[in-house]
Amino acid sequence: MANIFIYPSNSLILYDLVERFGHKPLAVMQEIKKRVTTAGIDSPPLNITPEDPKIGLKYAAVEVPAGVRGRMSLLDPLLEAAEAAILVEDAPIGFGCMGCQRTSELVGFLIRAKRIPILELDYPTSDDAAENFVYQISEFLNGLGDGKEAKNE
Amino acid sequence: MNEIEVAQISCGSEYTGIQGEIESAAERVGAKIIFPDIDLAEVEAAEEKFGLKVTSPDLKLMLARAISVVEGHTTADAVFIGTCFRCAEGALVRNEIRRYIHDKSGLPVISYSYTERTTADTLLTRMEALTTIAKRRSLLAREKQSGLTAGIDSGSTTTKAVIMQDNEILGFGWVTSTDVLKSAEEAYSIALKESGIERDAVQAIGVTGYGRFILGKAFNADLVQEEITVNSKGAVYLADRQKGAATVIDVGGMDNKAISVQDGIPGIFTMGGICAGASGRFLEMTAKRLGVDITELGKLALAGMASEISMNSYCIVFGIQSLVNSLSKGSRHEDVAAAACYSVAEQVFEQQLQEIEVREPVIMVGGTSLIEGLPQAMRELLQVEVIVPPYAQLIGAVGSALLASGFIEE
Repeated sequence: MANIFIYPSNSLILYDLVERFGHKPLAVMQEIKKRVTTAGIDSPPLNITPEDPKIGLKYAAVEVPAGVRGRMSLLDPLLEAAEAAILVEDAPIGFGCMGCQRTSELVGFLIRAKRIPILELDYPTSDDAAENFVYQISEFLNGLGDGKEAKNE
Repeated sequence: MNEIEVAQISCGSEYTGIQGEIESAAERVGAKIIFPDIDLAEVEAAEEKFGLKVTSPDLKLMLARAISVVEGHTTADAVFIGTCFRCAEGALVRNEIRRYIHDKSGLPVISYSYTERTTADTLLTRMEALTTIAKRRSLLAREKQSGLTAGIDSGSTTTKAVIMQDNEILGFGWVTSTDVLKSAEEAYSIALKESGIERDAVQAIGVTGYGRFILGKAFNADLVQEEITVNSKGAVYLADRQKGAATVIDVGGMDNKAISVQDGIPGIFTMGGICAGASGRFLEMTAKRLGVDITELGKLALAGMASEISMNSYCIVFGIQSLVNSLSKGSRHEDVAAAACYSVAEQVFEQQLQEIEVREPVIMVGGTSLIEGLPQAMRELLQVEVIVPPYAQLIGAVGSALLASGFIEE
């Protein structure tokens, strides 16, 4: 079982597909859950505090908007743990989104720079394309083995 | 009126970690933040409807929320618009939505670009002005001072007090701010003495400025009000331009205000603590370096040519360095004074006036408006007449005394 980074990082469809094929999806919902269930932090709605954009300085300098850096602090553990990734381009908002295009651009770059197996797909716009979309994901995930092999590819 | 509802239209506040600060600032002025409820189809249709294409989904959501407010699907008393500082796409959307809301709904609106360092205190004055405009329109409609009232403006650099009776200024006090209470007491005592009025005879008192909350308690003030509202009112009153549009510019010791006013009520405004180099403090330092009193700097500037001096920076440190270098190369003091005034005016023009709608007449107020070179530089930049009304330096105190008279009749 490999840790699969998905993007958009809150896509329920991608999350479900990764899980169905026996791998562990890395999604932002897990990180948000950790925050909102951690006692002692009171910074609603996401329990992101002004300290988080400072953690995001790991990925982007101070001249980058705080909202991008705050998002990066949320994604940091997922990027660190990723052993493979599925990235879907041009997805409609309902499929999942992080709200900020600059964050999407930075995450895309960082995940590619990790040199892990990556499947990049365009969002399907027809039934045939949708079937092919799911097929490609299944092939990709089945080919990853137990994760260790994926890491070494 | 019940609790004021402020519709928040923003991108990034929850990821910046300052959403709680926005809500806290609203709560402190008796307002509640609400979020326009939008469905997915409205978000997807927003770009076309608004006419602005953006790439970030949260900015599309902002457009949809703005449309919801304007079309009345969301009921709100005022609007707060926010995006991350240094986000270019966010800044474009923020500005266009602010114009759109202001033009199409008439609701009071403020906008702000935040960082993780933004606190409730930073937002408080803006939020207070926003809620005042929403809930106190009848008070702001007052055009004449009546009865015997006092106004005290506790500013960052100077503290001002005035005594007014039946629409006339009887006397005033103007002292350097040190201890908030002591300075206010001193200015107030001077104003009372000059007016020949006993303290007990004053029927109502209004306070404004940074120290307004402390003064409000100490003087048992009838009106405790932020500077945006008070200065707008004071400016159009003193300039005798109470009806119609006007733009009020106040370059203060610590921050600047640029306010687009309609019938004496603030519409769009910006309050910048942008940089010390765009403040009265920069002019004070220039005067000191030139060896003249601040009251003489303006006249000196009028006799100079700003273009003769090369200013490499707007910064209070590096800007002064440019001026010092010019002096060491033999530049005229007059030119240096003019360059300092132009530098301040240019920063306000570039960084604040672009965010509001500049409508004539332009009224400059505050102590810095008496430094003649500054309104002159603003005239050159804006290419419009700039009015400096009598008692411009007392603007906050006069506005407070004027508005406080509304409490006598109540």
